[in-house]
Order: sequence, then structure tokens, then C-alpha cells
Amino acid sequence: MARMNMVQALNSAMDVMLGRDPRVVILGEDVGYFGGVFRVTDGLQRKYGEHRVLDTPIAEGGIIAAAIGLGVNGLKPVAEIQFADYIYPGFDQVVSELARIRYRSASEFHVPVTIRTPCGGGIRGGQTHSQSPEAIFAHVCGIKVVMPSNPYDAKGLLISAIEDEDPVVFFEPKRIYNGPFDGDPHKPAVPWSAHPRGEVPDGHYSVPIGRAEVVREGAEVTVITYGTMVHVAEAAVRTTGIDAEIVDVRTMSPLDSDTLCRSVCKTGRCVVVHEATRFSGYGAELVATVQEQCFWNLEAPIKRVAGWDTPYPHAFEWEYFPGQARIAAALKEVTETE
Amino acid sequence: MTPRSRLHVPSPPARPGQEPDFSYLQLSPAGAVDRPDVSASARDIENLSLELVRVLDDEHRAVGPWDPHLEPPELQVALRHMLLTRLFDDRMQRIQRQGRISFYIKSTGEEAVAVAAAMAMQPGDMLFPSYRQQGLQVVRGRNLVELMCQCLSNTRDMCKGRQMPIMYHFGPGNIFSISGNLGTQFPQAVGWAMAAAIKGEDHIAAGWIGEGSSAEADFHYAMTFAAVYQAPVILNLVNNQWAISTFQGFAGGEHRTFAQRGPGYGIPGIRVDGNDFLAVYAVTQWAAQRARQSAGPTLIEHVTYRAAAHSTSDDPSRYRPKEEWRAWPLGDPITRLKQHLIALGEWSEERHAQLHQELEAHVTACWKEAESYGTLTHGPFLDPLTMFDDVFRDMPPNLQHQREEMRALLEAQRSAAGAEAEPHEAHGTPTRAHEG
Repeated sequence: MARMNMVQALNSAMDVMLGRDPRVVILGEDVGYFGGVFRVTDGLQRKYGEHRVLDTPIAEGGIIAAAIGLGVNGLKPVAEIQFADYIYPGFDQVVSELARIRYRSASEFHVPVTIRTPCGGGIRGGQTHSQSPEAIFAHVCGIKVVMPSNPYDAKGLLISAIEDEDPVVFFEPKRIYNGPFDGDPHKPAVPWSAHPRGEVPDGHYSVPIGRAEVVREGAEVTVITYGTMVHVAEAAVRTTGIDAEIVDVRTMSPLDSDTLCRSVCKTGRCVVVHEATRFSGYGAELVATVQEQCFWNLEAPIKRVAGWDTPYPHAFEWEYFPGQARIAAALKEVTETE
Repeated sequence: MTPRSRLHVPSPPARPGQEPDFSYLQLSPAGAVDRPDVSASARDIENLSLELVRVLDDEHRAVGPWDPHLEPPELQVALRHMLLTRLFDDRMQRIQRQGRISFYIKSTGEEAVAVAAAMAMQPGDMLFPSYRQQGLQVVRGRNLVELMCQCLSNTRDMCKGRQMPIMYHFGPGNIFSISGNLGTQFPQAVGWAMAAAIKGEDHIAAGWIGEGSSAEADFHYAMTFAAVYQAPVILNLVNNQWAISTFQGFAGGEHRTFAQRGPGYGIPGIRVDGNDFLAVYAVTQWAAQRARQSAGPTLIEHVTYRAAAHSTSDDPSRYRPKEEWRAWPLGDPITRLKQHLIALGEWSEERHAQLHQELEAHVTACWKEAESYGTLTHGPFLDPLTMFDDVFRDMPPNLQHQREEMRALLEAQRSAAGAEAEPHEAHGTPTRAHEG
């Protein structure tokens, strides 16, 4: 076992897959010689050559479309979109093409493409380097949507995504690339080496897509969350002293509703937390699912804690970010409801 | 042996540790390129997309048919604008390194591209820049204090704290809001120009895009719409050789010049020495006249060099030779215009040093004033509740509700912080209570 941060774990996943499977190719802006603006592909071109790790023109639509073509012709492309905020020029290729090629050709063609993209705020990136658009993609039938919250899951899930015969959009919460973040930007950064999930096997292993995980057991209330917010929720639970169960969704689509609902049926209370904008956010799907399956076990209305319904403002990112205080308030409200 | 296809992967002429090599650049001598009539057909002037329009020669003289014959006072103003742009950039970079702003992008080495273009156009013409044309703001009279306040996200920030540094806008100066997404402004400039033509107005538009971003579909949209409607627009493609770590070959520059894309769409393409103020001025003036008399759009490729890092988040020493900028064959636009003025007998090293000092002092004074309106870490601060404004003209109920929720949260935090910090409050610098 090695100690890895999330960047190293993702790099290791691609390294393992490039080594095991000659069909795997990496492509994206600055991913080759430079190793990616977040260093996630560092060293891979040197190791595997320019035909396995390709720098591309600046054209997200082109990157995704080319990845589709590569995939249709038998390769397993892993495309990086430099920031999730830049993915929209490729949206038509994702929604109308990538997601539907299997369906429209009755499985005669399929496209095993993985799209990796860093998401989320907290790095003073303003509205064009902070977005969490997972709900927009989860709404599209025919693509899987994944977001890990730690290095171990990041590597295992990325390997699963690359091995998957269907397309996967893989969101990487960049605020936790280097360490778990509890939502307080004034505290010194904590490295992944101090976290149990910073322990990552060097070789091949996988974490299945479509499985949520209970990351903290508890009895009073269930917090359903994912990505960076797993750590913020853990901190809020610690400070409030409320005995909450925390479920890390890990895969937005297909959703592991069994794990979520088993927990909520046990605790009878639920708070849903995500960083993305609240309105029509992924939390709406989570709340609806829980309501449908746990209605008779619920003892309080389900609360959502999410980013406000505005673009991510540069100066006010910590006022925007749904931090510990807002999660704690929701936990108290939900657990105090008789 | 049966021939097989083999993937071609472009490779820049030099990597770190290697000698810079610009032998790939096709250069024309100053004064060597003809200046056609502004109403010439795109078909008849395709040579302009292959050659390189240059006015300043190696002896610092203005030569050839593209010499715009500007008077010395105008050239002195140009020099001032370019030098101010550079000193402003240098200062903001240092301020970013001190942690007082979050991010910055310099335009070092590319000052002529923006300054000459803005000076050659009319104040009513609408500009759609990318993020490396701060010279446009300088020419259009934007007070540096306002630019600095935007970078600081402070109480005088034109963007009310919503945008990263350098994403300016300048309505009264007819400069559009800068996007962090690449290339989007290019076809928007065409739309603006189409509206001017629909309304029968005189004004034209100009857009800027990097050679790297010209790979985005937006470039194609812009060219197609501009050609179809013969829109009165100048489409500036700034070929500064580097798009973060990828050299211009990754945008297609290995096989054709970027200017040659113009003729492919039926639009004149002009390749110009982007570090030659007079040449950029002259081709912009030509394209502006052409647009204003309904002869249609022009694509201008500015051949220049990104002397600075892509941004303060970038480290170019990882992917290109450190000495490349010094080896760049088209020199430094500020030095070249300065030498030209000296050759004319209208400038001197002493006057230049004096101007440098004067502008440095101006930048310092602007910074002091800007800082007094607050920084990201020291007050006065913008009211966070303003974050809910301007999503729509009229605030919808969900946002009204969320604003009230945040107001209550902030009040609770303030009273909690106030209880702790009361003894210092009278004379302390207010710092922002974080945590949403």
C-alpha cells in the first residue's frame, strides 16, 4: 500500500490501465508533455508515448467527439476536460451522441469513453472554474456519472470507469485533490497521508460504479452527500455531536438507492448536502427517491443544504459554499423536529 | 512494404534546455507587402494571408505602403499606452505573488496587438476581447484604479466581486464583458456587427481570440456568420505561439498560417507583425474602413509571442526554453516603437526613463487608492447579500428566500464574532467572517 493524494491516485489508475490494456488512450488539453494543469497525467506521456497520451487542440467538443470515434474504433479513451466549467462546448456530443449510440444502434455500436473533469469551488476560481454540473449530466439517460470523495475511491472508481463498456463522466472535486477539506478555509490544509482513505494499493483494484458507501454509522439522522461535502458533513457532525450516519453517494447515476434508503429507514431523518446549486440540483433526485421509498419511516421533512441559486461568486465563495454552519443548522432542525 | 497510416503528433521546435528555434516562422521584409484597396475582393488578395505585413524595418524606420503616417505626438501617446499596460501588468503580477489578489494574466509582449487596434478604431466601435487585451481598456480611458478594484473584488469592483481578476467590462467605453470560457466572444462580436448593419449604423465591431482557442467551434461560427452576412467586423486572431503548454502546431498552425483560414471562408486574411505598432495600426485601419463601407469582415492574424506565463497559475519553464522570448525574431513592441521615435528625433532614452518613472508613480498611486476600497482580506467589504442581485432583473422567490436565509446566517455569525472580538472592534481593521 502507498500513501497517495487524489491526484496521485488518479494518475496511478491511468498508469495501471495504460499498462494493462493497450486499448487505453488518454487525451486532453495540456495532458501530454506538461502532465495536465493539475498534474493528474504527469509522467504518463513519457512512460507510454505520444500515441497513448495525446495533447489536443483547445476544443472540448472536438475532444469528446474524437474520443467517441476512438472508442467506436476499438480503443478505450480517457478524455480530460480541463475544468468541468469548460465542458459545455462538448455537451451536444455527450447528450446527443455519447449517451445514445448504444441505444440508437441497438448495441451494434457502443462507446466506452471516460470523461474526467475537475469540478467544485473553493480555489478562488470564480464562476468559470468552480462549477459542479453533475446534475446536468445525471439527467441524461445513457451515461454513468461518478464523483469520488477520497484517493482510494478515486483510483478504484476510475479503473472501473475505464473498464466499463459504457460512457462515464467522472467528476473530480479539485478542492480535495491534495487533502480532505472540512469547509474551513482558514484552517491549515490537511494532507491525504493523514487520512485512512489516503492509503491506496499500487496495482490494479476496482471500486464498483453504482454503489454508495456508509462512511460513518449513526442512529439519529442520515446525511446523504458526495465529493468534497462528505468531509464538510463529517466535520459538521463532529461539532454538533449529533449521531448522524453519513452516506457517500459516489455514483450519481446509476444511483444506489438501496444503501441510501436502508439508512434513512433506519434513522428516520435525512439531510441532503451538495455544493452545486440547489434548484433542480442532484439533491432533488435524492430527496424524491428517499421520499418514495422511506415515507412511512420519516419523522421529519428532508432538508437540503446546497449552493445558492447564483453563479459561483469570486469574492464570496465561502458565503456561497454550503459550509459546516449551514449543515449543522439543518442537522439540528431535522433532529429537533418531533 | 504496405504503407500504413501513422498518427502525426505535432512537436514544438524546442523544449526546456534546448536552443530556441523560430526557423518555422515565415517572415517578410518590412515594406515588402502590397497594400490593396480596401474594397478588393477576398479572392484577389490571398497573398496577404501568406506574407507578413511589417512597417518598422531593422533601422527603426517606417517603410512601405502600409506606413500609416502617424504624427509623432500620436506615436508618443501609443508608446505611453503600451508602457502603461506593461507596468500595470508587472505590478499586478507582483501583487498576486504577495497574495493580495487571487490570479492575474499578463499581456507582456502583446501590448501592440491591443493598443494599436484600439487606437485605429473609433470610440463607438464595440470591442469583444479575450483575457489578454488590457491595452484596449487603457486606450479607451479606463482608470487603472477601476481595473485594480476589479482584480481586488472590492467595494468599487465593477463586477461586484463576481468575477476572477481581469474579467473586466466597460460599457461606457464600448468594451464587452470578458468571459473565462474560451472563444465565446468571437461569434458574439459578429452578432453585434450584424445588428449595426441591420440598424444601418456606422459602428463596427472587433473580436479577439487566441490561436489556441481558434480550435473551438466558436471560431468557425464567427467566420461563417461573418462571411454569410458580410458583417462589419474585424476578427483578430492573436497567434502568440503558446496556449498554456501547447504550441501553435496544436491549433493547426503547422500546415497553414492562421490568416489563411480567412480565404477559406471568403474573408480576407491578413498576417501582420503583431509586435510592430505601425503595422497593426495600419491593417486595423484598413479592415475598419473595409467594414465601414460594407465591404465585409477581415481576419487579422497577429504574429506575436506570449512573453509571460499563461497566467499566475502557470509555469512555462516546464514546457518551453526560458530564453525563447529573447530569441523571438519580432522583438519587443515597446522597444521597437521607442527606437522608431528616437530615430525620428522625437524621443530619447532620457525621456523614456522619465516616462517610465512617471507611469510607475501613477501605477503606485492608483494601487494605493484601489486598496483603500478594500481587498479580499481587508475591509471595507462588499455586502455578501449583493451576490443575489443581477441573476435576473427582478429577483425570483427562490433567490429572495435564500437571501433572507443568508442574512440570518450572517447576523448570527456577526453577533457570535462580535461577542468574541468586541474589545478590538473600535480600532481594528475589519476582517471578513468566513464560512457560509
